[in-house]
Amino acid sequence: MSRYFSEDHEWIQVSGTSATVGITDYAQGQLGDVVYVETPEEGKALTKGDDAAVVESVKAASDVYAPVDGTVTEGNAALADNPALVNSDPEGEGWFFKMELSDASQLETMMDEAAYKAFVEGL
Amino acid sequence: MSMNNVGRPTAPNIGTNDTGPMTSTGNRALMLEEVLIFEKGGVDRSGVDLESVPEFTSRLGGLERTEEIGLFGLSEAETVRHYTRLSRQNYGIDLGFFPLGSCTMKHNPRLNEKMARLPGFADIHPLQPQSTVQGALELIDQLAGWLMKLTNMPAVAMSPKAGAHGELCGILAIRAALEARGDAREVVLVPESAHGTNPATAAFAGYKVENIPANASGRVDVDALKARLGPDVAAVMITNPNTCGLFEPDMKVISDAVHTAGAFVYCDGANFNAIVGRVRPGDLGVDAMHINLHKTFSTPHGGGGPGSGPVVLSAALAPFAPFPMVRKVGGEYHLVEEENADAEAANSFGRMVAFHGQMGMFTRALSYIMSHGADGLRQVAEDAVLNANYILRSMEDVLDAPFAASGPCMHEAIFSDKGFADGMTTLDVAKGLIDEGYHPMTMYFPLVVHGAMLVEPTETESKRDIDQFIAAFRYVVQRAKDGDASLSTAPHHAPRRRLDETAAARNPQLVWAKE
Amino acid sequence: MRYLPLNHDDRRAMLNEIGVNSIDDLFIDVPKEAQLSGAIEGLNDHISEMAVERHFHGLANKNMVAGQGPFFLGAGAYRHHVPASVDHIIQRGEFLTAYTPYQPEIAQGTLQMLFEFQTQVARLFGTDVANASMYDGSTACWEAISMAGRITKRKNVILSGGLHPHYVSVASTMARFTKDILDIGMPDENGDADMARLLSSVNKETSAVVVQYPDIVGNVQDLRALSASCAENGALLIVVVTEPVALGAVTSPGEMGADIVVGEGQSIGVGLQFGGPYVGLFGCKSKYVRQMPGRLCGETVDAEGKRGFVLTLSTREQHIRRDKATSNICTNSGLCALAFSIHMTLLGEKGLRHLAMLNHQKAVSLADKLHALDGVEVLTKQFFNEFAVKLNKPSRAVLHELAEQGILGGVSMERLYPGKDALENIMLVAVTETSTDEDMTRFVSVLKELVA
Repeated sequence: MSRYFSEDHEWIQVSGTSATVGITDYAQGQLGDVVYVETPEEGKALTKGDDAAVVESVKAASDVYAPVDGTVTEGNAALADNPALVNSDPEGEGWFFKMELSDASQLETMMDEAAYKAFVEGL
Repeated sequence: MSMNNVGRPTAPNIGTNDTGPMTSTGNRALMLEEVLIFEKGGVDRSGVDLESVPEFTSRLGGLERTEEIGLFGLSEAETVRHYTRLSRQNYGIDLGFFPLGSCTMKHNPRLNEKMARLPGFADIHPLQPQSTVQGALELIDQLAGWLMKLTNMPAVAMSPKAGAHGELCGILAIRAALEARGDAREVVLVPESAHGTNPATAAFAGYKVENIPANASGRVDVDALKARLGPDVAAVMITNPNTCGLFEPDMKVISDAVHTAGAFVYCDGANFNAIVGRVRPGDLGVDAMHINLHKTFSTPHGGGGPGSGPVVLSAALAPFAPFPMVRKVGGEYHLVEEENADAEAANSFGRMVAFHGQMGMFTRALSYIMSHGADGLRQVAEDAVLNANYILRSMEDVLDAPFAASGPCMHEAIFSDKGFADGMTTLDVAKGLIDEGYHPMTMYFPLVVHGAMLVEPTETESKRDIDQFIAAFRYVVQRAKDGDASLSTAPHHAPRRRLDETAAARNPQLVWAKE
Repeated sequence: MRYLPLNHDDRRAMLNEIGVNSIDDLFIDVPKEAQLSGAIEGLNDHISEMAVERHFHGLANKNMVAGQGPFFLGAGAYRHHVPASVDHIIQRGEFLTAYTPYQPEIAQGTLQMLFEFQTQVARLFGTDVANASMYDGSTACWEAISMAGRITKRKNVILSGGLHPHYVSVASTMARFTKDILDIGMPDENGDADMARLLSSVNKETSAVVVQYPDIVGNVQDLRALSASCAENGALLIVVVTEPVALGAVTSPGEMGADIVVGEGQSIGVGLQFGGPYVGLFGCKSKYVRQMPGRLCGETVDAEGKRGFVLTLSTREQHIRRDKATSNICTNSGLCALAFSIHMTLLGEKGLRHLAMLNHQKAVSLADKLHALDGVEVLTKQFFNEFAVKLNKPSRAVLHELAEQGILGGVSMERLYPGKDALENIMLVAVTETSTDEDMTRFVSVLKELVA
């Protein structure tokens, strides 16, 4: 089990070839109160950098990108009724979608927790 | 993820209100609370008297309504009071200064309303025989003449219903012109500072949208634009004066480069008030530009429409204009529409709207234009620009004006939130201005300026009123710089305190439902 | 310049304050060659209020006013009586000279009105929700088609032959650029043939079926079988209503299973105005709300817990979503929506039902009188307040002759369907509460002579 971070403020938790994706605590703080999340449908094929989900606050809508290539296995249904989970627990209950990786080597270009922390501090 | 964060808190911090003891009714003297019609009326109440219906056999094919609709009525007296009370919870131009950037909130002369209500305009049907509406067609033709001369453009499409609809008209004309020469270009370039309608319109018409960056002085980066031009670019959409309130000095250079690359120039005419009568877009190489009659020519904003957005077109685009059009032949006016479009407008891209456009707005706009005349319209632009620069120079010592150093602004002045105390925002300043009796400026637009405040005074404010506004604006800005906590809970004196937009969006209640 | 407050001294003082010598110094960014040195040639200078009035009276007097004689035109715009208080209220400066309610604390008047309007429209249409209005019926119709495409991810749209030809025209214009595929029909007398076409055409590739109710020739048809067929195929049923008064008499489209209902609200409160401004109505099932175009007003509370209203779900809209917005529409038709809402409040359910039956009764009465004439045949069998009439000669010439005699008798199908010779003898006749028995008698007697 290990967690990687992108410069676009997504995190990906990997277990074998399965992974869970969400946005970071820093990102939810920047967004403010999240009011709606649109998660991808099961079976959707994603290429790294694709728009995978949408997260909306009252005054802004932001795209969440696929951090790596793969296929969506599940969107977080809990976010439909309770988008506030993204604010209260962004790196846990507030996950966006799960995917099956097609190229695990792409993870090597991503940051680990310490590197991401340094990256955010430099913003 | 992409970050599009403009830093606006949307759930209010509960503050205390020190406006004295609560009343038993919730009313505050002249500020009267008003419930919904669904909470005071009834399905069996009515404020109209109609003649009785004689016995007859209906012919509704068995589709007679059986269920209750749930429409609540009131007597006429109650209706007038309901809406009068509601109206008093609104801020309007008639009440005070409304410096909403890029919206051109100017005085709405009542003469225009009176003219639009003449039965000869208000009570005619769009499909009457054309011989019975010659005066209406002549009016449209006269307004079209003014718009073409004021812009130095050879054609104008009158039917678009609003500014965004006009943008769509211009982009469709461009698309039709390119298709006519067998050119399948796919990209429309839009500056970062553009109003959101520009990219939305291009996408709605099936184009891919790419951004053009701005330079440090708030103008289009001409080199970046030139570098991006190529055989796949259909059009460039430019707002001039732009959304930072600045004139694009390289407009002609841009137009020439765009034309050389085989593309077209769309100009968003939202800010035409700054140049009307002084500068003609047709002299700057523009191919299409919509004119918001509700802005520059003062047809009322009406709480959000109806607008009207005629589009002036260059010779290259004129053949593709939508029908209906008004044509004059031998002293008679007629409409070019479906039945004669093939013969008289073979290349028209078609119809954009049922009937002929916003006649009621044409009447008002022409009344306004004739009242000013060519001399008065020029004065409009000059006074609008003078008022905006006066505000810019009166505020720049207390408020960051990011482009002030690069010279004068046009019709609106832009400021940023730089220098506010921690936790203080543009939103707080806006709400503070409400308490001072002003409608706030446009906030958080354009996105290229952090915490943007866009102030457009228009020409219809007196020097005295502008001086008073400047004093109030300075006072509120100072509170933001000092970190005055009470500003974070403003407004304190409006009909409502800050509203919880987060709750509204998380659990949308869009229609009334019985508790 | 009666609208301009600044005088010479003000301007001088302000230029000094700014630190420039002349107004020209403020226009330095404009290229020299584009600067006009004086007033534009060929345009008149300003004139007095009285002179403007004279000019406009001159133009207005060249038009034949609908209310001055017998009047029977419809086809998407209807002449109804609007109570005096409607126009009085919409001219209150707080409504007339306000703008989009961006600052809700000082726009509760507009916002509460929109919330009431949305509720009225949703109930009238039988939909769960409605938006704060669109430009007009024809653009709302295209927006509905576009929305159905976003929901179903399909491109094929079937348009009923009974859909207003201008609405078809608007959709065709847009579809040419968006590459939607439209299957367009022609009107038939009782709509049966068209309904059969719709039922047999809808399939798994269909994004939406668009029908008008009552349709262009006045037919009212049961839409339940069609809505079931759409649902079965995963297509949406879009119903267009151009005469909302009809919904006081007949079952609403929403009750018959429509997914999206759009329409023209001009009949209620707005007036004819030669075609605009009008007010587009837009309602749908709540599950589609995030795909809806246009503004939406929602209920919430303020910091003290008091109920209030705000514009909401704005992330669908162009100012936030830019090229990913559900529509490029920016405004709504606020003042016309207000007129609609006030008129609807004055009517109430009781008044609307009464008004609808009055319209229907008068229409039935005129249809019978016309049908009795030699050389005249009423084609529409079940209708609300409008029907198609077939003459023994081209209708357009007859309508011109009627106009010569001060009667506006209807809309010629030839104008709406150019080149369709089979339709040139047909005209559409609409009857509302504004038509008196005398109007009808006169119309019938003059028409009798013209077709003899």
